[in-house]
Amino acid sequence: MNQESLTQIFINASLVNNFVLAYFLGICPFLGVSGKIDTASKMGGAVTFVMLISSMCSYGIHALLVSINAPFLQLISYIVVIASTVQLVEMFVKKMSPSLFRALGIFLPLITTNCAILGLALFQTNKGYDFVQSIVYALGAGAGFTLALVLISGFREQLELAEVPKVIKGTVLTLMVAGILSLAFMGFSGLGS
Amino acid sequence: MSRQSEDSTRTKLAPSPTDEFIKGLWRENPVFVQVLGMCPVLAVSNTALNALAMGMATAFVLLMSNILVSLLRNFIPKEVRIASYILIIATFVTITDYAIQAISVDLHKSLGAFISLIVVNCLILSRAEAFASKNTVGKSTVDALGMGLGFLFALFCLGAVREILGSGAFFGIVLFPIEFQEWVVMILPAGGFFTLAAWLLVFNLIKRKEPTS
Repeated sequence: MNQESLTQIFINASLVNNFVLAYFLGICPFLGVSGKIDTASKMGGAVTFVMLISSMCSYGIHALLVSINAPFLQLISYIVVIASTVQLVEMFVKKMSPSLFRALGIFLPLITTNCAILGLALFQTNKGYDFVQSIVYALGAGAGFTLALVLISGFREQLELAEVPKVIKGTVLTLMVAGILSLAFMGFSGLGS
Repeated sequence: MSRQSEDSTRTKLAPSPTDEFIKGLWRENPVFVQVLGMCPVLAVSNTALNALAMGMATAFVLLMSNILVSLLRNFIPKEVRIASYILIIATFVTITDYAIQAISVDLHKSLGAFISLIVVNCLILSRAEAFASKNTVGKSTVDALGMGLGFLFALFCLGAVREILGSGAFFGIVLFPIEFQEWVVMILPAGGFFTLAAWLLVFNLIKRKEPTS
């Protein structure tokens, strides 16, 4: 059992140990859909939702697997839960907002292979969070992911207008900005401990 | 997906096995050219040893899952293929996880959750979907070997640079005299981004000099 307070968990997951900038989880959508602020924030919302659901489910699954003494099934069952949640979100978004569905494109089904979500489920199991702590952890991680995505897309919108050498354009430039952002986020270390 | 169509046009031309192998190592290097599977690349490349171990684990999972997917390609219904691939990959990752734990507890500790996270490495799923599900076992094996070694090579490049600059050592052997001031930033997360950016830049420069063949 973990004794951390809920605010501590939230600040830790969203700022100090930001999933994207400190743990490098979820880099693919981070590089892929961070072109526009609008798309980035909606992507962040979708990821946060999937995180929340899969965090709750994996808490239950972990308890079940421990009780039947089969921890080696952990990884397989987590990934199945995540895949089905993503399927649900995909159907929901397609129905509610076809334009958003088109904007997110291939990256919507790819949330399944977003390391941030599986990483969250594994970390919360390793840290031994209880049910409420898991939910707060998922919300914090989601908020941190959205924050990083929105920040980098803001930078990229500006950089579109900047004149840079042709070889740096694209991924290289984004990675450089991400590095600087990661340095900036290090300023949060020590907060909430 | 464009990558998929690229692969299908290539299979029509029937390239030699060596060609398939070199493709993964250089021309379509998963990290430097396709920019796939970034999470482990950045996260565990802080020392050369970690990078090497992670690269080998990923290459093993890639090889085994490519072989199995290609064996089962005629039995898996099209609608549930992605889910089946993920299950196959997850099985091999679990095996790898337990194997590494048995071989070296220290290594397992330093790689942490990132071994389990091989499941969600986009590289493995994309090879299963784009190549192994359409090609024979032999071809898929060669493809997986090429891609796996390409991934290993890229991880090692990153790990070597970060360890040499960040801790002044290579595989734990101290390289520089005591006055050497380590670049602490290189072993921090930010260093991962910068090193990868630098390597991509090098690759872009090389590619630009080569006439488009």
